[in-house]
Amino acid sequence: MNKKLSNAARLQLKLSRAFCYIILTLISVMCLLSFYVLIINSTRSHPDILRGFSFLPGKSFFYNLKSLMANANLPVVRAVFNSLFVSGCTALVTTYFSVLTAFAIHAYDFRFKRAAFAFILMIMMVPSQVTALGFVRLMGTFNLIDTFIPLIVPSVACPIVFFFMKQYMEASLPIAIVEAARIDGSNEFRTFNLIVLPIMKPAIAVQGIFSFVTAWNNYFVPSLILKSTENKTVPLLVAQLRNADFLKFDMGQVYMLITIAIVPIVIVYLLLSRYIIRGIALGSVKE
Amino acid sequence: MNSVHNQATAVRKKIGSISYAKWGYIFLIPFFLVYVVFSFVPLISIFYNSFFENYMSGLKQVGPNFVGLENYANLFENDLGKYFYNTLLIWVLGFIPQITISLLLASWFTNLRLRLRVTGLFKTIIYLPNLIMASAFALLFFVLFSDAGPMNDVLMHLGIIDQPYRFLSEVAGTRGLVIAMNFLLWFGNTTILLMAAIMGIDNSLIEAAEIDGAKSFQMFRLITMPLIKPILIYVMITSMIGGLQLFDVPQILTNGSGNPDRTSTTLIMLLNNHLYSKNYGLGGALSVILLIVSAVLSLLVYDSMTREQRLEKREKKRMKEGAGQ
Repeated sequence: MNKKLSNAARLQLKLSRAFCYIILTLISVMCLLSFYVLIINSTRSHPDILRGFSFLPGKSFFYNLKSLMANANLPVVRAVFNSLFVSGCTALVTTYFSVLTAFAIHAYDFRFKRAAFAFILMIMMVPSQVTALGFVRLMGTFNLIDTFIPLIVPSVACPIVFFFMKQYMEASLPIAIVEAARIDGSNEFRTFNLIVLPIMKPAIAVQGIFSFVTAWNNYFVPSLILKSTENKTVPLLVAQLRNADFLKFDMGQVYMLITIAIVPIVIVYLLLSRYIIRGIALGSVKE
Repeated sequence: MNSVHNQATAVRKKIGSISYAKWGYIFLIPFFLVYVVFSFVPLISIFYNSFFENYMSGLKQVGPNFVGLENYANLFENDLGKYFYNTLLIWVLGFIPQITISLLLASWFTNLRLRLRVTGLFKTIIYLPNLIMASAFALLFFVLFSDAGPMNDVLMHLGIIDQPYRFLSEVAGTRGLVIAMNFLLWFGNTTILLMAAIMGIDNSLIEAAEIDGAKSFQMFRLITMPLIKPILIYVMITSMIGGLQLFDVPQILTNGSGNPDRTSTTLIMLLNNHLYSKNYGLGGALSVILLIVSAVLSLLVYDSMTREQRLEKREKKRMKEGAGQ
């Protein structure tokens, strides 16, 4: 009797497990399908693509890449370098100054500490689009339109990264370490650079990746700031391509540009996914 | 010996409270300086701009002339409601399946009885779209779902439709694509947040319920759901703020037009149009309205984030009072 019941329970468990796997597989297919089509089509030539869809890759990957590079209207190489430069600087600036700000709140006692912390939490959720009008006009008066400065410098003040760093510090930066450095005669700025930053390395890595990706994907603000062709970043080329008369375009090139915009991030993600996924929950969930 | 030690601590404390506090201020300077220049000054200026008539009419510059609240009135008369409705509709229709699927997946991934394997791989896959460039993703969907694109091709081959479905000429098709893309971009993120919340639940509660003979669904409804409620609220409000900012996907998908007939134009797309045509008055007024909406939502987030601290404080106070009596 008892055994029979446990058999039934086991069967039920097996069935529900199978059900879960089927649903999970379907959802995974849904996530990956569009990228699969993208990669397949980036290897096929324009006439092939127009003839209809195929599940097998073609042989025109390098032909598409070469013709996209040669396209004078779409300076892809330049845009990739611009994007790399802006995203790299943003990641460095935002992580360094967020740790610095978090350290100020974490390690020192001063009169406006609570007020400063509360203020940063309050402004955390205000979308950047809301201030875009004033921001763009101000950049106009500073003569900074069509430069990278308005895209990089504002990332010094990034409340979300700050909050993540603060959380991480509470868990892994004992004040005793800072005090020990003081006794050894290190000044506070030196302590920060030589002792605090190395301890924060794991958090800096995770947030560095996120800031890089966010900057790489950013479209709204760059589209208002960058004007000249040689300063365009990758998302602006994507928008330009959508703007152009589509029928005249070599579809192989279109798929290739989307591949260049998406695939490098995907590769980095797949290599580091373990750390990244751990980081998301750490940063966003209050404890 | 002990007194010497105490003295040393006292001295150190004194020095600490006197000479180190200034470093706290110094280290805060970059953040606040940059915030004031690049965010706070622009924030004030949107209020200022919203009270002036200031735009280009052809090649002629009109204004800036002070017009009071006329820009706001103008916005409300000119379809602001429609764009608000579009934005809200797209958010709601995307959020319902998102939270449902995410809750389901999160509870499966954390279910100790199911003990699913290769969850690492599944998590990696569902989170992947979140890192994708939304504008490139939208261009990809535009190409894939175009009238002669691969999706129509496949659907016709499978015999599901006889002739191409013109996704981008139909209201439901366009909105559906925006909703689907938004769902794909964000449900993985939500799943992982909810997973972290569920894993934070005290295991002994689950075990006790199991011994009492609770079924899986009962445990989910009566234990998991109430305990992760704060995180659910957090996820919902942050998603709302994200929904308010919806721009890249519909902008690229419809090339900024919000076609058909502006049924997929969101509030930020409207703002973008005003910024491009240099209509600073209407743009300013719209920014102020967006600011107010997002500020209300932000206060809700702030409230939910500090609620536990406040409750703790109140509890302590009550205990102290109790001890006093």
